[in-house]
Amino acid sequence: MAVFILYPFVSTVINSFTDRRTLIPGEFVGLANFRELLHDEMFWTGLRNSTLYVLGVVPALVLLPLLLALLVQKNIPGITFFRSAFYTPVVASIVVVGLIWVWLLDERGLVNSLLEAIGIGKVGFLSDQWLLLLSAMAVTVWKGLGYYMIIYLAALANVPRELHEAASVDGAGAVRRFLTVTVPAVRSTMVLVAALSSVAAFKVFSEVYLMAGPDGGPAGEDTTLVMLVQRTGTGLTGRVGYASALSVVVFVVTVALMLLVLRADRKEDA
Amino acid sequence: MSVLEKVRPVERRPETERHPRRRGVTDEHGRRIRAWELALRYLLLLGVLALTVGPFLWQLSTSLKGPTEDIFSSPPKFLPGSPSLHNYERVADTIPVWDFALNSLKVAGANVVTNCVGSALAGYALARLRYRGRRVATLVFILAMLVPVEGIIIAQFTTMRELGLNNTLIGVVLPGCVGAMNVLLMRNAFLGLPYEIEEAAFVDGANAWQRFLRIALPSVRGTLAVVAIFAFMGAWDDFLWPLIVLSDPSKFTLTIGLNYLHGTFANDERLVAAGTIIAVAPLIALFACLQRYFFRGVGEGAVKG
Repeated sequence: MAVFILYPFVSTVINSFTDRRTLIPGEFVGLANFRELLHDEMFWTGLRNSTLYVLGVVPALVLLPLLLALLVQKNIPGITFFRSAFYTPVVASIVVVGLIWVWLLDERGLVNSLLEAIGIGKVGFLSDQWLLLLSAMAVTVWKGLGYYMIIYLAALANVPRELHEAASVDGAGAVRRFLTVTVPAVRSTMVLVAALSSVAAFKVFSEVYLMAGPDGGPAGEDTTLVMLVQRTGTGLTGRVGYASALSVVVFVVTVALMLLVLRADRKEDA
Repeated sequence: MSVLEKVRPVERRPETERHPRRRGVTDEHGRRIRAWELALRYLLLLGVLALTVGPFLWQLSTSLKGPTEDIFSSPPKFLPGSPSLHNYERVADTIPVWDFALNSLKVAGANVVTNCVGSALAGYALARLRYRGRRVATLVFILAMLVPVEGIIIAQFTTMRELGLNNTLIGVVLPGCVGAMNVLLMRNAFLGLPYEIEEAAFVDGANAWQRFLRIALPSVRGTLAVVAIFAFMGAWDDFLWPLIVLSDPSKFTLTIGLNYLHGTFANDERLVAAGTIIAVAPLIALFACLQRYFFRGVGEGAVKG
């Protein structure tokens, strides 16, 4: 444990101040790596894409699974089947999921042939820089839905039914009851989901890697931070020092994100 | 308790019995759900079902379409005209897919064993044994859980190189061999057991090992199953780490092999489809058999972990 998490963590921080490469031990270079980061266009592209990913994915993953959980909460016949079916994307490997969607969104794939059949015409989901990023986000949301749905289901089971009954006696409609009873009751779970999904979204790798290719789509414009870490730091010529500096940035931002979400929660309490 | 178990007992609330038995479907308040509302619900459920399961079925259908069949037709054909397993044979001819599957199985199996043994021992030590630094040790595990794997992956890579384990399956297994989250899960499970039973055993002269093996471990079998399943799934599905460690195609796991297949033969979607089905089928089967534990893992892992 300590060997595989804490030691690498400490050595990452140390390496980030050196010019170490895979085969060359390297020397202490102070903040040179971080200074280079500031002038590295690829770094800013990665940071932009990872940040956009958080902004796009998190709201969807906080709201949609909650609605889905409400939909499958009532015990109507066959509901267990639906719950399990909605969880299937979570079970599948991200590689499988990525490849399935690459095929679906292919220029000649199912989605485009459907779009063509209804007269909209083809959309280049995987060739346009922004559409590609958006498609990858959609895949992340699609894969995460079931997981967060289960978390919300557990939370919804603890909402006292009396609250709903009282609200409907008072004449509150479904939407009002959702906003005034359900949302406040599961708010702490929503914060948890926001924290989990924002950290996961910032570290996105596989979806974009699979859909945009190892080089990050057209002109590398869809590269994310972790993709950059993987690309610069591994292989025989990998720049371990520079990649470690990138890793430190990833780490700092994820911790900051978590703190930010938790802080936003406390403010709402006050 | 699993989420499904938590939700289900609602049906048996006393309120339902107080009302005279009604026909039709009732909601958790024992009230009858109006027919149009029920229809709307099923309609929505079916819509979401098409979105979540549809892509898998489309992939299955593509993988069964023969080489002469047009897979790009518009409007699309959902069912293969003459289903055949030909593509699966071709995947095996193009890449050693069964070797990849075996590699994945080895990695996942090893991961299950190390995680179950390691997290049970460590969890028990954290929960029950008294020694100096126990609090610090627990804190270390919580901190370790917060460190994103992506942030230390380069250092892990160089460590593996120094150990000479690069490009070996052991190198793939090692970093994930005892997950911090699993240790904490097991710790919580052990903490939930009544201490008195173990005290009684202690009085009867049982040592720590005997108490662990005979009393504590059998009582947390459920949590252990959760750890095992998630260890298996995590190892089987992992992509980034094997991608970094493995460079020799004969050592590839299924996920890396699939990516390789996709990169080399991207023009033949039937092949890629067949490959993905091979990779996903075992997990879906596992999930179908053990879904109770899957849901339980999410509930316990996310909320209490």
